[in-house]
Amino acid sequence: MKARRAARAKVDVWELRLYVAGQTPKSLEAFANLKRICEEHLAGKYHIEVIDLLQNPQLARGDQILAIPTLVRRLPEPVRKIIGGLSNTERVLVGLDLRPRMVAE
Amino acid sequence: MQRKAIHQRRATESALPRCPSGIEGLDEITGGGLPRGRPTLVCGNAGCGKTLLGMEFLVRGAAQFNEPGVFMAFEETAEDLASNFASLGFDLDGLVARNKLVIDYVRIERSEIEETGEYNLDGLFIRLGMAIDAVKAKRVVLDTIEALFSGLPNPLILRAELRRLFRWLKDRGVTAIITGERGETTLTRQGLEEYVSDCVITLDHRVVEEIATRRLRVVKYRGAAHGTNEYPFLIGDRGMVVLPITALGLAQRAPTERVSTGIDRLDTMLDGRGFYRGSTILVTGTAGTGKTSVAAQFVDAACRRGERCLYFAFEESQGQIMRNMRSIGIDLAQWADAGLLTFHATRPSTFGLEMHLAAMHDEVRRRQPRVVIVDPISNLAVAGGGDIGIKSMLMRLMDYLKGQEITTMFTVLSRGDNLEHTEAAISSLADTWLLLRDIELAGERNRGIYVLKSRGMKHSNQIREFILTDAGVKLLDVYVGPGGVLTGSSRIRQEAQDREEQALREQELDRRKHELERKRQALEMQITTLRKDLEAEEAEFERFVAEKQLAGARIAEEQLDMARSRKADDYAAAQRPAGEGGVR
Repeated sequence: MKARRAARAKVDVWELRLYVAGQTPKSLEAFANLKRICEEHLAGKYHIEVIDLLQNPQLARGDQILAIPTLVRRLPEPVRKIIGGLSNTERVLVGLDLRPRMVAE
Repeated sequence: MQRKAIHQRRATESALPRCPSGIEGLDEITGGGLPRGRPTLVCGNAGCGKTLLGMEFLVRGAAQFNEPGVFMAFEETAEDLASNFASLGFDLDGLVARNKLVIDYVRIERSEIEETGEYNLDGLFIRLGMAIDAVKAKRVVLDTIEALFSGLPNPLILRAELRRLFRWLKDRGVTAIITGERGETTLTRQGLEEYVSDCVITLDHRVVEEIATRRLRVVKYRGAAHGTNEYPFLIGDRGMVVLPITALGLAQRAPTERVSTGIDRLDTMLDGRGFYRGSTILVTGTAGTGKTSVAAQFVDAACRRGERCLYFAFEESQGQIMRNMRSIGIDLAQWADAGLLTFHATRPSTFGLEMHLAAMHDEVRRRQPRVVIVDPISNLAVAGGGDIGIKSMLMRLMDYLKGQEITTMFTVLSRGDNLEHTEAAISSLADTWLLLRDIELAGERNRGIYVLKSRGMKHSNQIREFILTDAGVKLLDVYVGPGGVLTGSSRIRQEAQDREEQALREQELDRRKHELERKRQALEMQITTLRKDLEAEEAEFERFVAEKQLAGARIAEEQLDMARSRKADDYAAAQRPAGEGGVR
């Protein structure tokens, strides 16, 4: 655990990708949730890329996207995926490894 | 009237368009293929052939029906699939390169995924839609979509999404196969059958008496008549072969053409013309009665006519059969060399009954023979399955062969005393039944043959003696006489005796004839002598009569002369009638 935290500490910018399919209320909500969490926990060191699969369907294959919305943490390694509307902040934090898993719930 | 109308409407509704799978046998069971434009569920345990069925559906669709396909794999990568199917001769990479096939591997790693609220499967839809559009796919396989349940959280959402997916597939008008793992009590572990209601097929791979058999069953096919039996199938070297050969009806044509048995006298016994083409001939007999020899003669005759023969040997190897038949003057090697005769020798216990049937079926399809020999069928009993197994297997095979108008000869080794009871009770399936039997007499066994039945022809009811000579099989009349029915050396002895008696009788006759002749000659001689005597006497008598007449005339002359000399009055003239003198 300690080694991992140390590894993460070296990363300057968190690279996040949010996959959505069209500008639906749900995708907008997911983006808003993500933005809020990042501002709270990763202020100034994150980058969010929103990918609309309706416009770039070929990108679904690369990150093995099935569920919409899916948030992919590209950096820091390892890659993590979080699916759903990101409404459960606690679980998003666990998924992003911003909070230890054992302590979750 | 109203009822009739409803009935008719139903009938038209039920005429669901079919999408031929191209998988041998499957289309026959389903009456033409899978329901076109609808999803079909294929379920079964691990290793039962689900993936193969799906992939073959796509490959055949692309190759034979020009219908490109999409294979969405949840379990194996495209590379794995390509190398696995290469052994079946499916060139997946080639199809992909020619835009006939898309293989999309969907990897789901549960440990990487955290769920944080409601989601949907739009990502999957988009991927699938893109793949379908890329090759204008008409066929889709999802193998196996249940992997989603282990990979993604919240089954409730998943179920709703799957329902949406199947509806979406229907709307896209693609014919889809969805595979699923078999559940404990349900057809699939996740109850996918709830969503796919048009066609459900189960595959099964079970082991009975240590012999594994694969089976396929169409559990459900909405609005269509279909065979609901379990059909064995085999994964051969060219894909999947389902054996629906319990033909859905008895509708084979019945050719009237006849083929020679290769044994002249046997042809004679069968109405003088041999078997019917396409009929099923059963040759039964105890050990060593010459079943294989009869089969070999038939093969020889067929090859002589230039017909291809396929010989399934379950007892002897090709070499053994050829050597043994050469000893009775039948040269099968020449036909094998000419490519007319193919042997297929396997040990019955090598694999299960259905596998045998499948392999035979496959071989027949490949070789397209006109004559098939199975020698002996009884050995297949070893392959398990019991009597019912053998019977249904034979029925399937016979049906198939009959449908192809292939003349088939099965030999059966019968055991025990009751020769007419064959273990598998397969006699009812045979059109012609030749029975070979031992005739035990005077310390030796001889072979006899008779036609127990032969449908649709007048056939002999006589037992013939059956001997193996240097020039093949010969049939002889058995000796039927006061001494009973005799065969072998008894027959030969009896015949010799008969000949001797005959000779004696003939000698006696000759002797009598000679005697008679002699008598006749003697008598004729006597007759001649007597006739000569008579003739002599007659001559004497005539001479006597002539003399007497002459003497009379002379006396009259003399009296006339004397009267004339005495110048007597016209005594003589007075004696003559009046007028006579005037003429003079």
